[in-house]
Amino acid sequence: MSKSERPNLLFRNLNAKVASIPMILTAMVIFVGGTVWTVLYSFTNSKLLPRLNFVGLDQYYRLWATPRWLISIENLLIYGAISLVFSLVIGFLLAALLDQKIRFEDTFRTIFLYPFALSFIVTGLVWQWLLNPDFGIQHVVRDLGWTSFSFDPLYNSSIVIYGISIAALWQGTGLIMCLMLAGLRGIDEDIWKAARVDGIPMWKTYLFIVIPMMRPVFITTLVIIASGIVKVYDLVVAQTSGGPGIASEVPAKYVYDYMFFAQNLGQGFAASTMMLLSVVIVIVPWAYLEFGRRK
Amino acid sequence: MRYKLLTAALAATAALQFAGQAAATDLEVTHWWTSGGEAAAVAELAKAFDATGNRWVDGAIAGSGGTARPIMISRITGGDPMGATQFNHGRQAEELVQAGLMRDLTDVATKGKWTEVVRPKSLLDGCTIDGKIYCVPVNIHSWQWLWLSNEAFAKAGVPLPKDWNEFVAAAPALEKAGIIPLAVGGQAWQSSGAFDVLLAAVGGTDTFLKVYKDKDAKFAAGPEVAKVFKAADDARKMAKNTNVQDWNQATNLVITGKAGGQIMGDWAQGEFQVAGKTAGKDYTCLPGLGLNEVIATGGDAFYFPLLKDADKSKAQEVLAETLLDPKTQVAFNLKKGSLPVRGDVDLNAANDCMKKGLAILAKGAVIPWTDQLLSQDTQKQKEDLFAEFFAKPELTVEDAQKRFADLIASAD
Repeated sequence: MSKSERPNLLFRNLNAKVASIPMILTAMVIFVGGTVWTVLYSFTNSKLLPRLNFVGLDQYYRLWATPRWLISIENLLIYGAISLVFSLVIGFLLAALLDQKIRFEDTFRTIFLYPFALSFIVTGLVWQWLLNPDFGIQHVVRDLGWTSFSFDPLYNSSIVIYGISIAALWQGTGLIMCLMLAGLRGIDEDIWKAARVDGIPMWKTYLFIVIPMMRPVFITTLVIIASGIVKVYDLVVAQTSGGPGIASEVPAKYVYDYMFFAQNLGQGFAASTMMLLSVVIVIVPWAYLEFGRRK
Repeated sequence: MRYKLLTAALAATAALQFAGQAAATDLEVTHWWTSGGEAAAVAELAKAFDATGNRWVDGAIAGSGGTARPIMISRITGGDPMGATQFNHGRQAEELVQAGLMRDLTDVATKGKWTEVVRPKSLLDGCTIDGKIYCVPVNIHSWQWLWLSNEAFAKAGVPLPKDWNEFVAAAPALEKAGIIPLAVGGQAWQSSGAFDVLLAAVGGTDTFLKVYKDKDAKFAAGPEVAKVFKAADDARKMAKNTNVQDWNQATNLVITGKAGGQIMGDWAQGEFQVAGKTAGKDYTCLPGLGLNEVIATGGDAFYFPLLKDADKSKAQEVLAETLLDPKTQVAFNLKKGSLPVRGDVDLNAANDCMKKGLAILAKGAVIPWTDQLLSQDTQKQKEDLFAEFFAKPELTVEDAQKRFADLIASAD
């Protein structure tokens, strides 16, 4: 009487599937659809309005012959390396120090996390003032008597990107510290005890036992930092607007400027496609290693 | 006096006529005039339009043209057009017109005899595409000014220069007195604009047109333009200690005597006025850098998106007429610090520098400006080049000129 056939896979867990339809649609139409559309139009000579007038790879040739784009890429690499390495190292060190059961841990944690509550625009403006030679750090130190002191990274083309990185680290390290701290708290006390019994020095315990165990936390952190690197834009706008000259330009700013100020959508799309490509190049091998192995 | 009465009477009759024609219609007007002087100027336009029995709904967009234009454009292309919108006349709205999104004003223009009253005539060219008129120019802003601080030169003990060459010669003395010879803010458009001014002043009108109008890349790589790059090299050396970003901060350096001079458009004059400085006594202006007294006919204009609503379309016509009304022109431009687009208006209240500008305009020594000649795309590339040139001493004059010539070769 009763059929014992398996329920159709498609209708299993129907409520959950219905509920996720809006998100699936959003993802397909906005993310995937928008991406395909952008890539398609990057092969056209669209100016102010999108037009399907294909010109092959012209926009890409022009892009890679533009000094400003090359400087942007170079800056992104420097900025990326600095924020990746330093926010991980400083974030982890701060977390490890906070993890030593110190007094007023909450206070310190709040202080370190506070900058993260500020937007990049505010951070950028604050550091623009701090690094201004006429009334910032340099001015204060000179007033203290050290008159030859010079610290004006934002006004020096060759080091301006480091000045921007300082602000980014100041803003972002607190969050990394919190993530790391959560990871450290997830490590079982017994592991520490066992390491102590074995007489392993503390730094070795961290390096060879704790950090490998914190792999998931590190991956989350990496994704957060990496996405922050690729999309960096507002910090640069607030601190230097790309100056001096074009020494602190970044790819996202190139995309925005060429799409909206220069009214050249094709060029902006080509640049954003290159940004997407760089993300894909990083993500795909990693995703392959991470998820491909399990099968 | 008689003239004033006459215009008042004209305006009154005009107002009556319009009031009879149309009931009050709201018309949203977007623009990016938000600083003190600008807002006061735009209020004059609103007052004049309200007097016709319609209502001006102010759609000011804070920021600058660069911020406002994408918003305006996306509203027009997105199917939510405003009643009228500001653009710099020239090529900023070119594609919107070509896409048929903007209203053809030729009928209104013929009725108002715009081709006769608008001066200089080339101003309307910026509004004309395929023989049809699409915008109403409201003012003339020119870039070709060198603003000098009398105080700074007195302090350095050198006589006030009469042209660019004397200014360059005086630079070492200024530097010795601890004064920045030339203030150039860090924003890209400032260095790019300064170069364009040098191109027209040092190179001359023909050179300017050959490069930007004919887009002759070979000429741009040649000796005439090399001379201009030499001058730009002088300029960047003179400007190397300017640690400010915004143009008005740079102007402020001149106002306070910390800098000798600045190449900036006539909008800088508003800053001098706000600071209570008098032209001729506290500061001096040299149109065309004292070398080639021309004025570029850049400026602002209003465009009217094509609307379906008949009442609003009617109100658009009224607004277009109001903007060019002699009374509105005077009231607006005095507050804005720009020159009116009509030759037949009375500007007794204008100050020395404005009068110099009017005299040049009356002589007809005008050139079209880059907004009219070059696409936004080319302008942006040019800005990138000169921002780099002014900030990076390692970029040689020869390399920069070569890149400039390449840019002109691909310009549109």
